[in-house]
Amino acid sequence: MYRYDAIDKEFLTDRSNEFRHQVGRRLAGELSEDQFKPLRLMNGLYLQLHAYMLRVCIPYGTLNVAQVRRLAWIARTYDKGYGHFTTRQNIQFHWVKLRDAPDILDALAEVDLHAIQTSGNCIRNTTSDPRAGATAEEIDDPRVWSEAIRQWSTLHPEFSYLPRKFKIAVTASAKDRTAARVHDIGLALCRGRDGTLGFEVMVGGGMGRTPFIGQTIKEFLPATRLLSYLEAVLRVYNRAGRRDNIYKARIKILVSSLGAEEFGRQVEEEWAQIDAARADLPDTELARIRAAFIQPGLEVLPPVSDSYEAARAANLALARFARNNVSAHKAPGYAIVDVSLKAHDATPGDANSDQLEAIADLAERFSLGDIRVTHEQNLVLPHVKQSDLPALFEGLVAVGLATPNINLVSDIIACPGLDYCALANARAIPVAQSIAQRFLDADRAELVGELKIKISGCINACGHHHVGHIGILGVDKKGEEYYQLTLGGSGAEDASIGKILGPGLNADQVAPAVDRLVEVYLAERQGEERFLDTYRRIGMTPFKEAVYVDAH
Amino acid sequence: MSTLIKYTANGATEIENAFVSVVDGEPVPQGADIIVSLGRIKAEGEALLASGVRVGVQIEPAEAVEDLAELLPRLALVAVAFPKFRDGRAYTSATLLRQRLGFNGEVRAVGDVLREQAYVMTRCGIDAFVPADGSSAAEWSRAAGHFRHVYQTAADGRTPAHAEPGRR
Ligand code: HEM
Ligand code: SF4
Repeated sequence: MYRYDAIDKEFLTDRSNEFRHQVGRRLAGELSEDQFKPLRLMNGLYLQLHAYMLRVCIPYGTLNVAQVRRLAWIARTYDKGYGHFTTRQNIQFHWVKLRDAPDILDALAEVDLHAIQTSGNCIRNTTSDPRAGATAEEIDDPRVWSEAIRQWSTLHPEFSYLPRKFKIAVTASAKDRTAARVHDIGLALCRGRDGTLGFEVMVGGGMGRTPFIGQTIKEFLPATRLLSYLEAVLRVYNRAGRRDNIYKARIKILVSSLGAEEFGRQVEEEWAQIDAARADLPDTELARIRAAFIQPGLEVLPPVSDSYEAARAANLALARFARNNVSAHKAPGYAIVDVSLKAHDATPGDANSDQLEAIADLAERFSLGDIRVTHEQNLVLPHVKQSDLPALFEGLVAVGLATPNINLVSDIIACPGLDYCALANARAIPVAQSIAQRFLDADRAELVGELKIKISGCINACGHHHVGHIGILGVDKKGEEYYQLTLGGSGAEDASIGKILGPGLNADQVAPAVDRLVEVYLAERQGEERFLDTYRRIGMTPFKEAVYVDAH
Repeated sequence: MSTLIKYTANGATEIENAFVSVVDGEPVPQGADIIVSLGRIKAEGEALLASGVRVGVQIEPAEAVEDLAELLPRLALVAVAFPKFRDGRAYTSATLLRQRLGFNGEVRAVGDVLREQAYVMTRCGIDAFVPADGSSAAEWSRAAGHFRHVYQTAADGRTPAHAEPGRR
């Protein structure tokens, strides 16, 4: 894990002192809310329906034990006892008081956390694969490159006032767990013909009211040239991105209006003029960062743990958990464990202080102190010995974190919606709960298999509904909450934007409609097809007919 | 006459702004140092530069600073305009003036120039400011110099964290 040295720590101290000073000026009336707003936003402090919300940055979704304990303490001390993990691997506290914010930032800085660039028209937290350093699938450790980008993008002077917010994701495996193709820049690690390390660079993905899948503008960027190339992309965007209309200001609009080819050409032209020696990181620094991610403490183990196999055979609940939440680790005898924050009665992505503390304890005992956040709002314990899995499972059960539903129908992404968000048309959380409730039968959920449902309370698409296998969008029809369903979206390596199923449904009709969609799939599927594959093969009509059968 | 804050590595000082900004279409005042638009310098450059006064050019966000390349050695300053503080295009203009076009004269921030942006402006190589918020030189200097470390190379030439001797 990357550890902050004196330089990183002094930087955070300087930042939180600066913000304390600004809050002081605001509370003393020296700054108006108008003047203060951009300053608080630069420190992740939003004004919400009921209170201030603080969004804390979790660089590439990686946390250590002390950090998770501190988040638990902050939730208990300054919030209502819980935090909310977001689709960009961050955590939000929804009930914060302005006067507490500087103390919270100090408490975060003590464990190397902060809220820098979690808001504003700047380069946001760079997200990455939650299985980095643990999966054999990866071409290289994406944290190395994410950390390089974190440093480069932190208070980048030229790119702090972009036309709009800017999000970068780094993926490292054929299986994309970062939604790279719906980011402003998606970077996919790859190898060139001669074996050198590089990136496929995709630009212009994004959601919101005009969703786009990112397009490849460079098939192979030598990895060591990453920062100069990013500089070129950001510079072209900073100069040419629209600033007259916030809905047209994202890079996706620029890329689509110029065409990916022309945009790529402009980037190449700019890139050719950048002094690589100045802009690219020296190999020594890359080596320093890389060394920080070498995982100490992995033991040499037999590939199969007999005690675990025996426990699994004896305990059906553990067996189910193992089927859905446990995956292969690159080291023999180890496993990667997904911890679901999607219990059927929970708010998707929420964790309370007791749960956070339990996770920290379990990670300390069983996962080399390493905890990850996924963009699907779950947690990962990446380095668990198979022989420890039964004990870990019991520990998770004790705090309600052993829900065996990763990638299943109840593993839903939902934005805060009308329960918290001032922009919402409709509630999202209760809809997610009603679907989870309907699929409580775990055998049936497993039979259905991978099914990604994503819910947004309005067209801003915080809940990624455009890329849900089933997407659910809250709309306002004459003051009433309605829900529009889309089918066939994906945020993974096979990314696509979902298509509208039909007329909007009211809140009570959503879960039954999902049920009918699932029945069509179960009747039609062939072989190993997922819901998405069946939809792509048979098209919209059978699904549409099943949901709107009563309307005929 | 407006206040001008000049910033160097040794800190900030307030001086009197000796330049007159000339609106397009208006006559150029006799004997005064002037700042004119890019359009005007393109049209009347030779005459203005031959008149014996110091000449600066103001670049608007949508204008390409590269268009000044040939004239730069003869200019006393380039003013980069911030019509709104949120409009960050001038950061690129200033950066390119320093890094690509090798301009060593004054780069001046004009418009919605606020202390909160002192740090990023300075890092992009801007070294003179006409503050819109009444900031004093001392306040400006404190805001610009607040961070002991920087994470990336930029037009101000500060040593980034990765090249600091203390990096671990
Ligand atoms: C609670 C208050 C929130 C507000 C007011 C809010 C506001 C917005 C707005 C206005 C956009 C559209 C931006 C654009 O299209 O440029 C947006 C997009 C987004 N937000 Fe939120 N958001 C909130 C919470 C969240 C949460 C909790 C998450 C994570 C679960 C989240 C994740 C996202 C994502 C992933 C996008 C889509 C980015 C894209 O277009 O590519 N937001 N949000
Ligand atoms: S999608 Fe809409 S309702 Fe949901 S959090 Fe975003 S802005 Fe709010």
